[in-house]
Order: sequence, then C-alpha cells, then structure tokens
Amino acid sequence: MTESIPHQFLFARLLDWLVLRFTRGRHALRHQTILKVGLAIVFIFMLVTILAQYSWFTPYDPVKYRDAPRLQGPSVHHWMGTDQLKRDVFSRVLAGGKASIIVAFGAVALSMTIGSLLGWISGYFGGILDRALSLTMDAIYSFPSMILAITLVAMFGAGIGPMIWAVGFVYIPTYFRVTRAEALQVRETTYVEAVRAIGAGNLRIIVRHVAPNTVNAIMAVSSFNLADAILTVAALSFLGFGLPPPAPDWGFDIQNGQKFLQSGSWWLITFPGLMIIALSLGFGLIGEGISDLVNPKRKRKRV
Amino acid sequence: MGGIARYIVQRLLFTIPMLLILLTVVFLILRVMPGDPVAAMLGGRNVSQQLMDEYRHKMGVDKPIPAQYVEYLKNIVSGDFGDSFRTSKPVVTEIFTRFPATLELAFFGMLFAFIFGFWTGILAAIRADTPIDHSIRVFHIGSFAMPLFWFGLMLQVIFAVKLHWFPVASRLGGRVAFSFQSVTGFYLIDAFLSKDPKIIVDVIKHLVLPSVTLGFAQAGLLGRMTRASMLEVLDADYITTARAKGVRERVVILSHALRNALIPIVTVFGLQFAILMGGAVLTETVFSWPGIASFLVRSIEARDWPAIQGTIVFIAIFISAINLIVDILYSVIDPRVRY
Repeated sequence: MTESIPHQFLFARLLDWLVLRFTRGRHALRHQTILKVGLAIVFIFMLVTILAQYSWFTPYDPVKYRDAPRLQGPSVHHWMGTDQLKRDVFSRVLAGGKASIIVAFGAVALSMTIGSLLGWISGYFGGILDRALSLTMDAIYSFPSMILAITLVAMFGAGIGPMIWAVGFVYIPTYFRVTRAEALQVRETTYVEAVRAIGAGNLRIIVRHVAPNTVNAIMAVSSFNLADAILTVAALSFLGFGLPPPAPDWGFDIQNGQKFLQSGSWWLITFPGLMIIALSLGFGLIGEGISDLVNPKRKRKRV
Repeated sequence: MGGIARYIVQRLLFTIPMLLILLTVVFLILRVMPGDPVAAMLGGRNVSQQLMDEYRHKMGVDKPIPAQYVEYLKNIVSGDFGDSFRTSKPVVTEIFTRFPATLELAFFGMLFAFIFGFWTGILAAIRADTPIDHSIRVFHIGSFAMPLFWFGLMLQVIFAVKLHWFPVASRLGGRVAFSFQSVTGFYLIDAFLSKDPKIIVDVIKHLVLPSVTLGFAQAGLLGRMTRASMLEVLDADYITTARAKGVRERVVILSHALRNALIPIVTVFGLQFAILMGGAVLTETVFSWPGIASFLVRSIEARDWPAIQGTIVFIAIFISAINLIVDILYSVIDPRVRY
C-alpha cells in the first residue's frame, strides 16, 4: 500500500505508516479522502502559523506595520483590509493561529494523559474508587464546559499556560469515559484472565493489555476534541481571556472587529472567523476519517 | 402509577449525591485550586497586607477549608450567596432578575435547533447517499465547526447592519421601551400581556437573531443524531412490515420511524442543554442580552467573587434539575424503561 504513494511525499508516507500502525494494516490510507483532506488542512495551517511568526513571511508586519489607511476594505495591497490601527488584516490572520494551536494541542495532551490514566485505573479496578470517580466525572461532564473553562481561566489568569490548564481540565471526563468503558470490557476478556493466571501483576496488565486496547478510541476522540478545543480557545480569546493585545489572535481580533461592526467593517471579523472554521473543520474531518478507519461497521448501511 | 412515583422518588434521591458532588467540584475549583480569590479580586492592584487580610476575613476565606466547605453548603441551602461587590445587591436577586432572559433565549434557541435539526436529519436519512444527503451532512459538520460568536456577528452584519431586517442587539427597542412593563421577566409573555402589537413584533424581532445563533450549532448536532438514528430505525423489521401493509410513506416516516428514532435523542437532551448554557455565554455577549451568562462574564471581568460563585452554583443546581426532568421524561416516553 505504501508503494502507491510517490516517494517525494515524505509526510504522506509518514501518515500512511501511522495509520497502518494503528489499524493493524487492514485499511489503506488511499481510500480515506476525508482523513487526507483533514490532515492536509491541519498541516498547512500549522506550517503557515509557524512561518508567520517570522516577519519575512507575512506581507506586512502583523503588529508593527502601521502605514496603511485606517479601516479600509479589502484591496489589492491589503487583501483582507486594514484595522483601526492601520494594520494589515491578512498578515494578522496568517499569524493569528498561534495561541489556538498551542493551547488546543496542550490541553488535549493534558486531558488525554490525566483522563486516560484515571479511566484505566477506574475501569480496571472497579469498586468504590470507580464509583466515586465516575460520579465526579459525570458531574463535571454535565456542567457547561464553556462556563467551566471561563471560570478556570478567570482563576488562573489570562495567557497560554492558564488556558491550557483550563481547557485541559474541562476535557478530562471525555477521556475518562471512553477509556473506562474500554477498560471494563478488556478486563473481562479471557486473555486478560490468562495473563493473570500466569501471574502478571495489575500494572503489567494495565500497561500491556488494557491501555493498548483503548488507543483507537482515544485517537478518534482526541481529533474531535481538538476541533472543539480550537473553538473553545477562540471563544476564550473573544471574551478577552487570551493573549494580551497587540499579539495577533483570531478570537481577539474578532472581538476587536465587533466594535466596528456597526460602521460596516465586515472584513475585520469575517476572515479570522473563516480561519477558525477551516482549522476546526480540519480536525473534525480527521476525526471522521479515523472513526471510519477504527470502526468500519460505522460505515453507512444501504437503506 | 405506583411504579412511576417510586421511580421519581428514587431518581430524586439519586440527584442529591450527584448535586453534592457537582457543588463540591465547584467549591474545589473556586477555593482550593491555585489562585487566591482575594488576589484575583483585587486584580494585581498593590494593596497592603492588612487590607488583604480584611478582605479574606470578610469573604470567610481565612478559615480552614473544611469550615469553609460547611459554610458554603449552609449558605447554598439557605439560598444566601452574599452581596455582589459590583452592584451591592444580593447575588440571588441579581440572578433571578436575569434568569428569565437566559431561559427565554435558551427556549427559542432549542426550538430552532429542534425544528431545523429534525427536519434536515429526517430529510438526509430518507434521501441517504444522494446529493441532498451529502450536502446536509456537510452542512451539519460545518455548523458545529463554526464559532458560535462569529456566526452571531455575521448574522448581525448581514441582517441587522446591511439589510436592517432585525435589530443589532438587546431585548427591546428604544421606541417601545417606555411603554413596556416587565411582569414575568419573559419579554414575550410580557409583550402578549401588554396586548400592544407593536411591542409584540418588537420583542419577536429582537429574539430572532440570538435564537438562531444559539440554536444553530445544536441544530447540526441534532440533525446528525437524527439522521444516524433514523437510518438505524428505517432498517428495522417493523418499518418493512408497515410498508408491506401499505401504510403511506409519510406515516411510516413520521409516526413509525421518527417516534422510535427520537428515543436515543431524548437521552442526550440534558447534555445538549448544558452545551446550550455554554453557548448562551457567547450569544448573550454578542447580542448584549441581559441574562445570567453575560452577568457571569461581567462578574469575572470585575472580579466580583460572590457573584461568580453564586452564578456558578445556580447553574449547577439548574443543570441537575434539567437532568432529573429529562430522566423522568425518558421513562415516560420509552415504556421499555422499567421503573
């Protein structure tokens, strides 16, 4: 299957290897259009965001450049117009994904680690610990995640680090539920019984048998989770809990654009918003693709 | 009926530990996690240690954690959340004057989500694998990849600023505000009570854009679930039987299939409502809607600690109540659920 992809596409080959690795070679990446489109979007966005942190990449400096007409609509020189401080919106849009991407990945990594660990332990051991943990996680899960995230950011203070903790905390129950459910099933299987009979300890069973069986589910969940995290971070920035001002940021730039909405400056909010949608959609498509891969039964039935 | 009554009592008893845990989580987040409420409240302002201690004492955060916890629960039971620093009014009063606005918005947002979500979901399911199905699926996925606040702003730009079809923000226009009397806090009910057609039209016009904004992402989610659920149900034997009997397709879809397809959707209604409350934070901010969600955001900005705590506790209790109602309703809708 790997042969079908030309050698120069190193990235595609790497992905192919990853997918094969996690699906035990049963499905070829080349059939997964959705997954590939999603991966391409995310890859391009990350590349552009990294490059745009250097001023030679963006047409104008996203922060310092202030030599254009004020609040001008899209033109040949400024493709996405200019803002009230005479800055180029296009340059700011290119660079504005930094906080979203860092926080989304950081938060998902954090919640994945804590949530999965708790889920494995809770599902594997069961008993009173499992009941207490499940109830607590259900309670957190039932609470509006956006409100929880805002409150936590208010506690921790604004900025990238606090946002990672706040958004990460909110998603812990998601991973807990998924891994716990899987761990419960694995615990009852005959092969776990067999290794236990051989004398394997609990730690070994969790690490070698329970955890690997939950990887598929975690993969699918985390992609959707990243899509959601992008929106949550954008919302936090929009409400003013993100990066401090002159830094370019989609959410914050939309909040800024809201002030000039009544005067009809639509370009200030339209373009950063489209970027958020595209990136979130990219992660969502990856999630769809992975779900199809790891769970072929989900594929549509004929009606 | 004894069965139902017993079930409800059981479910009520189960809600208590759940609520207690939720309130404990809120307490832990607000009091135990890193971050000093007094420091947060003063917002990095340089104040003397003595003043800090005074504030700590006033807020009761100088006591040991277990004592604080007991006091916290005692205050919740007695409905005392203290006075807001910002407005100097009791937090409970602040919450109850704003809550109808949020509830009104949530109701119409949910209504829009249901109508739009069901309709597109059913359409996609009965036209599965056709271009109609594909475009609806793309639309569903797109609708929840869209930042809610951005969608609201775009609606404002197009329908309020450019087309002037609807007002930009708030609940009531300035021209009718002087003749408007709020009795219930639900402006639509108040408008009908006033029997003034101008006020009724004005209130409805103010409701449209915020409701669509809040309901849009939910519509996508509901539509996706309706589609999946319908596809499953349409494969069932009783559908084939109904068709074979010569029941009209319309009746098959709406009364045989949809009724059963709705069951799994009702179970997640509580969760949907939680997401809706989260969305209300953004919708209310975008549309200057004077509800509790925007009150929370402004309290956080002002570091108004009693208001923050009170609002969050209130939301926690409210969500628990919704979940309780949903569970009871579920047992009524699906007779297979045993009491």
